[in-house]
Amino acid sequence: MADIKLPAGKVEELKEVCKKLGNEGGELINALHAAQELFGYLPAEVQELVANEMNVSVAHVYGVVTFYSFFSMIPKGEHPISICMGTACYVRGAEKVLDEFKRHLDVKVGETTPDGKFSISCLRCVGACGLAPVVTVGDKVYGRVAAEDVKGILEEYK
Amino acid sequence: MAKYKNHILVCGGTGCRASQGEEIVQNLGKVIEENSLENEVQVVRTGCFGFCEKGPVVKMVPDNTFYVQVTPEDATEIVSEHLVKGRKVERLLYTDPETQERVSESKDMGFYKKQIRIALRNCGFINPENIDEYIARDGYAALGKVLTELTPEEAIKVIIDSGLRGRGGGGFPTGLKWDITRKVEAEQKYVVCNADEGDPGAFMDRSILEGDPHAVLEAMAINGYCTGATKGLIYIRAEYPLAISRLKIAINQAREYGLLGEDIFGTGFSFDVELRYGAGAFVCGEETSLIHSMEGLRGEPTVKPPFPSESGYKGMPTNVNNVETYANIPVIILEGAEWFSSIGTEKSKGTKVFALAGKVNNVGLIEVPMGTTLREVIFDIGGGIKDGKKFKAVQTGGPSGGCLTEKHLDIPIDYDNLLACGSMMGSGGMIVMDEDDCMVSVAKFYLDFTVEESCGKCAPCRIGNKRLYEMLDKLTEGKGTEEDLTLLRNLSNVIKDTSLCGLGQTSPNPVLSTMENFADEYEAHVRDGKCPAGQCKSLMQYVIEAEKCIGCTLCSRVCPVDAITGDKKEPHLISQETCIKCGACYEKCKFGAISIQ
Repeated sequence: MADIKLPAGKVEELKEVCKKLGNEGGELINALHAAQELFGYLPAEVQELVANEMNVSVAHVYGVVTFYSFFSMIPKGEHPISICMGTACYVRGAEKVLDEFKRHLDVKVGETTPDGKFSISCLRCVGACGLAPVVTVGDKVYGRVAAEDVKGILEEYK
Repeated sequence: MAKYKNHILVCGGTGCRASQGEEIVQNLGKVIEENSLENEVQVVRTGCFGFCEKGPVVKMVPDNTFYVQVTPEDATEIVSEHLVKGRKVERLLYTDPETQERVSESKDMGFYKKQIRIALRNCGFINPENIDEYIARDGYAALGKVLTELTPEEAIKVIIDSGLRGRGGGGFPTGLKWDITRKVEAEQKYVVCNADEGDPGAFMDRSILEGDPHAVLEAMAINGYCTGATKGLIYIRAEYPLAISRLKIAINQAREYGLLGEDIFGTGFSFDVELRYGAGAFVCGEETSLIHSMEGLRGEPTVKPPFPSESGYKGMPTNVNNVETYANIPVIILEGAEWFSSIGTEKSKGTKVFALAGKVNNVGLIEVPMGTTLREVIFDIGGGIKDGKKFKAVQTGGPSGGCLTEKHLDIPIDYDNLLACGSMMGSGGMIVMDEDDCMVSVAKFYLDFTVEESCGKCAPCRIGNKRLYEMLDKLTEGKGTEEDLTLLRNLSNVIKDTSLCGLGQTSPNPVLSTMENFADEYEAHVRDGKCPAGQCKSLMQYVIEAEKCIGCTLCSRVCPVDAITGDKKEPHLISQETCIKCGACYEKCKFGAISIQ
């Protein structure tokens, strides 16, 4: 089953968190949040681990992971790029900005560049509508982004 | 406690923080120390002021000077001029776009004049991380009053009489909901706060939680006393880290003060609050889905009845209200039902917070009495349409709402009027669109959202919305037929009538309302193969008019794919094969030489 070897320290840490949550299925979503925080994403191995610890089936965990958009089964890039596709950003041209990122990086939404540097995802409203369109790279927020700014933003991280 | 002569309030909302709000706070602190003013001046991080368009906002107290678009570098001047010399920093004041005069106080700004702030009363006034500031503004007095002076029935009667209706979208009378929960006998009951703000473009709940978290905690405790619940749960989006951290601080402070926990105010009443995290699912705004999500399951809805008030979290009676609804409660208890019901329209009482965004000059968070017209909101408060363009539509209610147009501008906004126009109140997103927005594309945008967010449990929503999206996509590609329009309308109605929960029952609203209000635009896509707004890429091309082009080369320099060729001072040419229709050249050309065909 395990193709990836999970770092033992983190495995122990996750088990500890699950114990604190009472190893009870009702707390599954909190456990998954903790797991994603620890591992960065939720590969099959982590899901199996969580299922064991929380006393639910792996199928149930998989069902929950795939239901919520916050949980990801693909590792994010070193610099995760999120484009806000909330309505306010959309009407101020977020789609053009997104197209530009896709074109420059040659990956689709939800994918990571082969070198692992960048990944693109869409957000639904950061809540900074005054700055629309908004793009975040890691923790940094870029406001009032135009398609022609995209190249410059990417340059900062190369 | 030190007594400060002056306070500098810096907006600590997400929007302003994203534009270096935190650096402003740090720089102000540094400069204040350099001038040895640290015992006289206090810098306070507050919640959102609402005027996001002009952020970051800094307000000086006590003279109420309101500085806009402040940068970290301005800190020195604010301290040396305003505080030391007592002179206002003119260049940082707001300029009234009509009179071109500088306005120094928020109460004189068009943006604030028509607003009444009840739910947002403390946002931008207090430090949300300090419970004393909340208490200083009558915080927890309502809880005290309810616990010591009123029976649960009396308190619920105040809420019923106030006419408060659910601010999350549906508009169910809040007091009635509380009463139903109270009447059900059970060992354990729960109070839930729905902070899963999923409507893209609405951020009022987040702003309230970031700016005034104690108001929500106090209201939940009041609800607990009224309904007989001792446990409160706040279901909040994991995407709101700032709101989460402020809530955690608030809960701990309230526990320390004995305002949450055992035997509150020595009355024997116990109540505590915990946080539960969402994980990004729009459908979890629906109360049965939300409850399933809190139970660690997929957030799928179930048929009502039974309503959560009867059988909710873990099968126990659960009262679910939205953040903004709760934020109104303490004030209603203190000021009385009569006061609250004197504001608003006959069937919609009080105020409503709207997140005004899109192509409007003053983007921000506003709170207006029910019954205010769309025209007042968009033109008086919002300052009209950006770049002098023409107003085309306003979308209310998010993915569940509809697009209203010119003819609806003078209708007083309330729950029933919006429903009658084919839209809805929803959580209060209000997106303004101008002549450049294609209504078919807007409908497609919302359907794209719905398709992604449909939980998949019932067929009409899962399959129907996907088919709607495909048809709209066909229209924007210029491949639609007259028959598609009929089909689009029929299918929309079927989805509305047969879907299991509120998501599917309202998801065709953007389609139906745009078809109703912008029929000619749909027809233009089908009959003439044209997109009147010039937004649908397949139906347009950018062309340079040789006689207007002076050959400045600006367009060829901004073109990301080098599709524009031409020598200096000679008319340029766009290669239609290479052009990706991004519109960069169109926006940059200073001579209006590029047109859309």
